[in-house]
Amino acid sequence: MNAAAVIRHRLFWPAAVLVLLLAANVFFTPGFLSVELKDGHLYGSLIDIARFGAPLILVATGMTLVIATGGIDLSVGSVVAISGALACLWITGLDDQQSTAGVLTAVGIALGLALFLGLCNGILVAGIGIQPIIATLILMVAGRGLAQLITDGQILTVNSAPYKLIGGGYWLTLPFGVLIVAAVLAITAFLTRRMALGLLLESVGGNATASRLAGIRSRGLIVTVYAFCALCAGIAGLMISSNVSSADGNNAGLWIELDAILAVVIGGTSLAGGRFSLGGTVLGALVIQTLTTTIYTIGIPPETTLLFKALVVVAVCLLQSPAFREKVLNRRRRRPQSAPASADPKVKVPA
Amino acid sequence: MDDAPAPILRMRGICKEFPGVRALSDVDFRLLPGEVHALMGENGAGKSTLIKVLTGVHAVDGGEITLDGAPVSFSGPLAAQQAGISTVYQEVNLCPNLSVAENILIGREPRRLGRIRWKEVRRRAAGLLARLELDVDVSAPLSSCSLAVQQMVAIARAVDVSARVLILDEPTSSLDAGEVEQLFRVMRRLKAEGIAILFVSHFLDQIYEIADRMTILRDGRLVGEYLTSELGQVELVGKMIGKELKDLETLENAPKDIAAAERSRPFAEARSLGRPGSVEPFTLTIHEGEVVGLAGLLGSGRTEIARLLFGADHATTGELSVGGTPVTLRTPRAATNHGIAFCSENRRAEGLIPDLSVRENIILALQAARGWARPIPRRTQDELVDKYIDALKIRPADPDRPVKNLSGGNQQKVLLARWLIVEPKLLILDEPTRGIDVGAKAEIQRLVVELSDGGMAVLFISAELEEVLRLSHKVGVLRDRRLVAELPNDDHLTTGVLMETIASGGRS
Repeated sequence: MNAAAVIRHRLFWPAAVLVLLLAANVFFTPGFLSVELKDGHLYGSLIDIARFGAPLILVATGMTLVIATGGIDLSVGSVVAISGALACLWITGLDDQQSTAGVLTAVGIALGLALFLGLCNGILVAGIGIQPIIATLILMVAGRGLAQLITDGQILTVNSAPYKLIGGGYWLTLPFGVLIVAAVLAITAFLTRRMALGLLLESVGGNATASRLAGIRSRGLIVTVYAFCALCAGIAGLMISSNVSSADGNNAGLWIELDAILAVVIGGTSLAGGRFSLGGTVLGALVIQTLTTTIYTIGIPPETTLLFKALVVVAVCLLQSPAFREKVLNRRRRRPQSAPASADPKVKVPA
Repeated sequence: MDDAPAPILRMRGICKEFPGVRALSDVDFRLLPGEVHALMGENGAGKSTLIKVLTGVHAVDGGEITLDGAPVSFSGPLAAQQAGISTVYQEVNLCPNLSVAENILIGREPRRLGRIRWKEVRRRAAGLLARLELDVDVSAPLSSCSLAVQQMVAIARAVDVSARVLILDEPTSSLDAGEVEQLFRVMRRLKAEGIAILFVSHFLDQIYEIADRMTILRDGRLVGEYLTSELGQVELVGKMIGKELKDLETLENAPKDIAAAERSRPFAEARSLGRPGSVEPFTLTIHEGEVVGLAGLLGSGRTEIARLLFGADHATTGELSVGGTPVTLRTPRAATNHGIAFCSENRRAEGLIPDLSVRENIILALQAARGWARPIPRRTQDELVDKYIDALKIRPADPDRPVKNLSGGNQQKVLLARWLIVEPKLLILDEPTRGIDVGAKAEIQRLVVELSDGGMAVLFISAELEEVLRLSHKVGVLRDRRLVAELPNDDHLTTGVLMETIASGGRS
C-alpha cells in the first residue's frame, strides 16, 4: 500500500490523532510508554488506558450496531447504572459476599435486566415505531430513577473479591476487563462479519424500504441490536461498579452515551446508518480515553478540561470529514490564482 | 389561432438543459385568460420542468417568457407569485397544525400596530372560501379537513395571492370522485372570473371533462397545441406515446404459443384482490411459464397491482392463491417464501442499498431468505456474482465497487441479478427497461423470454407498449386504477388496439 492509499484509508485520521496524543504524553511524561511486569500483573499507562477505556469500548461496540441500523441508543448510561446497582444490591444481601456462586447469580440477574431493558427499547423502536432518539430517551431519564430506587439513593458498597475481579482484577497478567472486552469484540466481529448479520444490518440502515422489499425482516434485527447494546452497557456497568466495589445510581455511567456515540463517529460510522466499522469504534474509544488520560498527565487545569476535550474532538471530526478536507485543500490550491474573486456571487432571494 | 383573445402568458422557444440531459428543447406554450389548459405528456416528457422554468425554480437556458406582453424572468417561485403566477402542488404545501384561516393568510396577515387582527384574518379567509363556494369553518385546524378541502384551501391561498395564472400540478391524484367534482366546480368558477388555469393530471377522463385546450409534450419537445374538443382520446394517447396509429399497426409480434401458456398450471391467481385508494379489485391469473404484461399510463395502477402481489401493500379485499393454496401476503418476506420476486421501478429508493457493493446487493435477497445465521459461503458468492455479472454484462465488472457508482442500466441489472439468484417461480418486473440503453434493454427482454421458456411466470410492467407486446402471452390493460381488460396476445392484438383500450377504458 503506498502513502496516498494509507492517507485515504478511512481510519487514517483517527489513528493519526491517537498517535499524536500518545506522542504528546511521551513528551510530557518520558516513561509513558513503558510497561512493566509486577507481581504477575502488567502495569503502565498504556495498560491503564485499555483498562479504564474498557467500559467505553463495550458500550461503543453495542452503539455501533444500533447506529448501523440508523438508530441511536441514549439509554446506555442509565443501563450502566442500573446493572451495577442491581448486582451490588444482590451481593450486599448475600450471607457470604465471597461466594462465587452468589456473585455469578448477581451478574446473571443484572445482565438479565439489562437485556430486558434493551428489548423494551427495541420494541419501542421497531415494534411501535417511535423515533429511536425519543424511545431511548425514556429509559435514559427513567433509568436513572430506577437505579436510584435500587440503591435507595445511597452509594451501595460491597466487599466481594469475586466481584472485584470483573473490573479490577487480573488474569494471565492482563486486566480482566480488557479480556472481557476482547471476548465481546471477537464474538461481535464473528457474528457480523463471519455470519451475515453485518450485511443485513448495513442493508437495513442503508435503505430500510429497499431492505424490506428484499425480504429482510428488519424488525427482529433492530430489536436484537438494541438488546445487544443494552447487554454491552450492562457488562460495562458491572465493570465500573466492580472497579470501585460500589454502586452509585447517580453518577455511574453518566454521559457515557455521548462518549460512546462520539467514539462511533470518530471511528467513521455514519450516524445516518449503513456501513459500520467495529475497528474504527475501538480506535475512537481509545482516542477518547487517551485524551482523558492526557488531560491528567499533562496537568491541564481541571476547570478547562472539558473545553480542551471539546477542541480535540472538534479537530478529529473535522479532519475526518471528507467535505471539510476537500474544502480546505481546494482553497489552498485555488487561492494563489483567484483570491480577490472569492466573494460569493450568489445573491440570496429574500424569502 | 388569431381569433383567440391575447394570451396572458406566452413562452417561446424554451430550452432547458441539465447535465447530460436536454429536458426541454424549443418548447412554445401559451395560456389564455379564462381557460383551463391541460399540459399532457408521459413521465419525463418535460411537464414538471416546464412548470419549474415558468415559476422560476429553474432558470431558462434559452427562449423567452412574456406575461401580459412584457418579458419576465423570475428569480424564484416567490417572485413568480408576486407577478401573479401561483402553483398548487400535488402534495399540499400547507401547515396542518394551523387553522384554515391562518393557512390562507399566513405571511400576509392584516395587522394594526404590528398586531395581527385575528377577526379580520377570519373574515377575509371566510370571504375567500365563500368565493369558491366552500362552506368551511375557518378556525378549524387544517388537519381536520379532508384532503380535497385542504387542496381547495391551497387554491384559495393561491388565488388570493395572485389572481391571474393558477398552476395545478396533479391536484386530483389523491382525491376521490366526489372531491374531484368539488375541485372542478371551483376551477370552473375561477375560470369564469378570467383566471388562466394550467392543469396537469394523468387521468384522461378528467382532462376531457375540464380542459378547454391542451399542449402535448414528448421527450422535452412540443408535439402541439389542440382544442380538447377536436382531439380524440386515442389520438391523444398516440401523440403522448409518440406513435401514430397507422405506424403501430404494422409492427410485428413474435408468434407465441398462447394456448400452451394457458394450459399450464396456474401459479398465482388473484380474485377480486384490491386495496382502496391504491387499485380497484382485480382478477388475474398468471400461469407457469407465462409472461403477463401490464399496460396503462403512468399512475393507472400498474405498480399497485405488483405491490399487492408481492405483499408490499396489504390487500384489503379479495383473495390470492399461489400454487393452488390460498395465501395472505403480509410482508414481502412472505411473498419471497412463496417464490415471488419483485424488481421495483424505483430502483434508487426501493431497490438498491447505495453504499453496499455490487456483490452485497446481489446476494442480499438470497441472504435474507437464508437468515443471518447461514451466511452464503464466499466461494458460492463469488460463483453466483461472477456468473450474473457475466450473464447480464454488468459493467464495470468489479463486484466490490459500491453500487451507487454504477450507471442506471447497470444498477438495474444488479437488481435483476439479486432476484434471479433466488430462482423465483414468479418474477414481477416493474419497468425493468426504463432509462437504460438499447443494448441492455434487448438483453433484459431476451432474458425474460428465456426465463419463461424455463417455466418461470413473469409479470412484466412497462410503459412501452411494443415491449409489452413483444414479450407477453397476455396483456392486462389498466386505466384509472382499474384493470379494465385482459387481452390474449394473438395476431389481432396490436399496440393500436392496446392504445384504444387504454383510451376507451375497454368500453368500446
